[in-house]
Amino acid sequence: MAPILQLRAVKAFYGQSEVLHGIDVAVEEGGMAVLLGANGAGKTTTLRAICGMVRSEGEILFAGERLDRRTTEEIAGLGVAHVPEGRGTFIGLTVEENLRLGGYTRGGRPQASMQRMYGYFPILAERKRQQAGALSGGEQQMLAIARALMMAPRLLVLDEPSFGLAPRIVEDIFTIVERIRREEHVSVLLVEQNATLALELADHAYLLETGYVVASGSAKALADDPQIRRSYLGY
Amino acid sequence: MHQLLQQIFSGLSAGAIYASLALALVMIYRATDLVNFAQGEMAMFSTYIAWTLVNAGLPFWGAFIITLVVSFLGGMAIERVIIRPVENAPVLAAVVVTIGLALIFNSLAGWIYSYTVQDFQSPFPDRPVLGALITTRDLGVIGVTLVMLALLFAFFRFTATGLAMRAAAQNPASARLCGIRVGRMLAIGWGLAAAIGAAAGIMVAPVLFLDPNMMGGVLVYAFAGALLGGITSPVGAVIGGLIVGVTENLVGTYLIASQLKLTVAFALIILVLVFRPNGLFGTAIVRRV
Amino acid sequence: MNESATAVGTDAPTAGRYAGLSVGAWRWIGALALIVLAVVLPFGLSKYHVFELTLVMIYAIAVLGLNILTGYNGQISLGHGAFFAAGAYTAAILMHYYGVPYWATVPPAALICFVLGVLFGLPALRFEGPYLALVTLAMALAMPQLLKYFDNWTGGQQGINLIKPLPPAGLGIDRDRWLYLVVLAVLLVAMRIAANMLHGRTGRALVAIRDHPIAAAAMGIHTARYKTLAFGTSTLFTGVAGALAAIVVGYVSPEGYSLFLSISFLVGSAVGGIATIGGAIVGGLFIQFVPNLANDISDAAPGAVYGLAMLLFMYAMPRGVVGSFGPWIARSMRQIAQHRAGFRSK
Repeated sequence: MAPILQLRAVKAFYGQSEVLHGIDVAVEEGGMAVLLGANGAGKTTTLRAICGMVRSEGEILFAGERLDRRTTEEIAGLGVAHVPEGRGTFIGLTVEENLRLGGYTRGGRPQASMQRMYGYFPILAERKRQQAGALSGGEQQMLAIARALMMAPRLLVLDEPSFGLAPRIVEDIFTIVERIRREEHVSVLLVEQNATLALELADHAYLLETGYVVASGSAKALADDPQIRRSYLGY
Repeated sequence: MHQLLQQIFSGLSAGAIYASLALALVMIYRATDLVNFAQGEMAMFSTYIAWTLVNAGLPFWGAFIITLVVSFLGGMAIERVIIRPVENAPVLAAVVVTIGLALIFNSLAGWIYSYTVQDFQSPFPDRPVLGALITTRDLGVIGVTLVMLALLFAFFRFTATGLAMRAAAQNPASARLCGIRVGRMLAIGWGLAAAIGAAAGIMVAPVLFLDPNMMGGVLVYAFAGALLGGITSPVGAVIGGLIVGVTENLVGTYLIASQLKLTVAFALIILVLVFRPNGLFGTAIVRRV
Repeated sequence: MNESATAVGTDAPTAGRYAGLSVGAWRWIGALALIVLAVVLPFGLSKYHVFELTLVMIYAIAVLGLNILTGYNGQISLGHGAFFAAGAYTAAILMHYYGVPYWATVPPAALICFVLGVLFGLPALRFEGPYLALVTLAMALAMPQLLKYFDNWTGGQQGINLIKPLPPAGLGIDRDRWLYLVVLAVLLVAMRIAANMLHGRTGRALVAIRDHPIAAAAMGIHTARYKTLAFGTSTLFTGVAGALAAIVVGYVSPEGYSLFLSISFLVGSAVGGIATIGGAIVGGLFIQFVPNLANDISDAAPGAVYGLAMLLFMYAMPRGVVGSFGPWIARSMRQIAQHRAGFRSK
């Protein structure tokens, strides 16, 4: 099965500085891949490169289409849903409006999709008329994921969904993400600092260090690797 | 007492004009963080277009609609061609561009239409009603403004494009991730602002008489009104504009030294701002560290 | 959007001597050459051109004042025309009613405008961005009205006619060239003062306040004091320029100090480069010559040509002429120095 997302020799730049030095990453169709690494390793930059938010070189292929020359809006329109660092919710708008915006590219009537989102995240149904800014961190994360799903994407890109959240909430969210992956038939690319949890869920893992991929393989293989366990899993 | 009420009502009519232009300013500010100093001159130019159409024999409301459409398209074009190059430049560069644009429109109008003051017939007869408290013309101005604001409100609240525009103004990066073409939203915003300005210009031309310098004073008061209401709040812009209109009228009526009308009116507005530095309804710009 | 402009105090490229002299020495020679040129220039030009250049320098001083406020302190002012007027009328009133000699009117004009600037700067502390623009706009609009109103002092609509000063006897030069040299001297002094102020502690504090006000306050910089100081100094410079204008032109009237003047200063500041000192001169040139050129190009719509010029300058050089070329020159010289020192530059 061809991977739905393929990065080949991708470099990324902030101004004149080269931050990613030619990385190869792939996400299998229907699978979940995770990017691990310390702060500043280039994980978020990779996600930004995929969505056209930073200057990049190299090949980025999504379901046969090249993403690397396109604008962020076009990439979203092709079916890549990105939940950025810090969630990126529209805090001045209501929960319902946030969801509607997620469905912007699909047009038509979003009611059915919104109902499905409320099914995954019942708490959002309760708060649908409230301003998104009034939601708790965990609720905002759920809203951000729901908004991304409203796009009916083929690839869901999640940047540190566990950031700043209590462990219980993180578990809930990851359970839902796993459920979504199966029921919505969506492939997932995940960036996580919480390596243990991520490696349990993912099929494939990549370890980034200062802009290079230093290790890659099945999630289980990386989880069992003693060096990685010591450096990143802490035991 | 009667005179006071009269002045308040006619102040509301002027205020409706200021409110419209203030709303246009706020719309553009929310989307692009920029005060469009050319808003008044654009409105003036649009009014000349309407005047030309009316003189050519078109009925008033036909000319009105056509002018608004043309202004909408013109506003979009201006955003794409004139403003886009300095969107990511320092703010002052964009400010200077709008100032230059204002000069261009003013000068072009003078060249094409001459500086002779022209008559512009209002569609509303100028008859006093409600016990001579207000004229039908003033009522007409207020009415048109209200209809326009209602349509605008409905657009932003209930349509997908309106929602997308609000999103693009608040958080352009996230909007892009939703597939929203932020650039196009900006252009539409400028188009709408230009159309609103055109309506304001057409409404005020019968009162101020049409000449290239007609909107200079209006812009200044509209700017004050927008800030008084809070530069980030559309509702505030409208209320601010109305307050400024009434204030200007009352100061003009009751102040002995009428040459100082502008000075005193502004002094009062600034006095209010000293106590509310973000305007009556504006939100403070929260600086995160 | 408003990123920090050139670092305060352009860092000189480091190592290297060129033809036996250090970079610093070359800069002194360059500056001296320019000054000599400026002094000699009026004697090769017609009286009218000398007058125009004098005005250029006066506008440069005014724009320099605005640069201090806008460029280094990040506060936008639409009202500097009002302070220009204040300086001009101070000089005019002192000369006309009290017979004060022309050169003695400049210090009082400076002082009064400084005080006015501090007085307006204090409440202006509360306002940011467009709100400050509104307050300064109000000043610019109020000034002509106030000038016409207090006509006992100001001569109202008619203004005040002044006698142009005579050059000192025995010097053998005429009035226009003498005034040119006087203004040139003031401009050089102003630039020196501005440079000292802005490339030193005060300048760094101002830039810190402009770019990261919260961090600046956390570091113990007395934000209010510096901002007020910036306002007062800025209006002082512009007031001095106004006084000189009154002396050189020989006439003050409310019409000459309209909103258009304030806007011209702002545009000149932007075109030259708001956070620069040399940019003030470019600004002065722009304000004086471009409107005239526009008149030559188009009889019917000169304003459109002037406006178009503003657009083109901002598209080509959004940071102003000196603001764009300054860093480019510094970068090029750094690359040359690195290359000579044996490093490959990127």
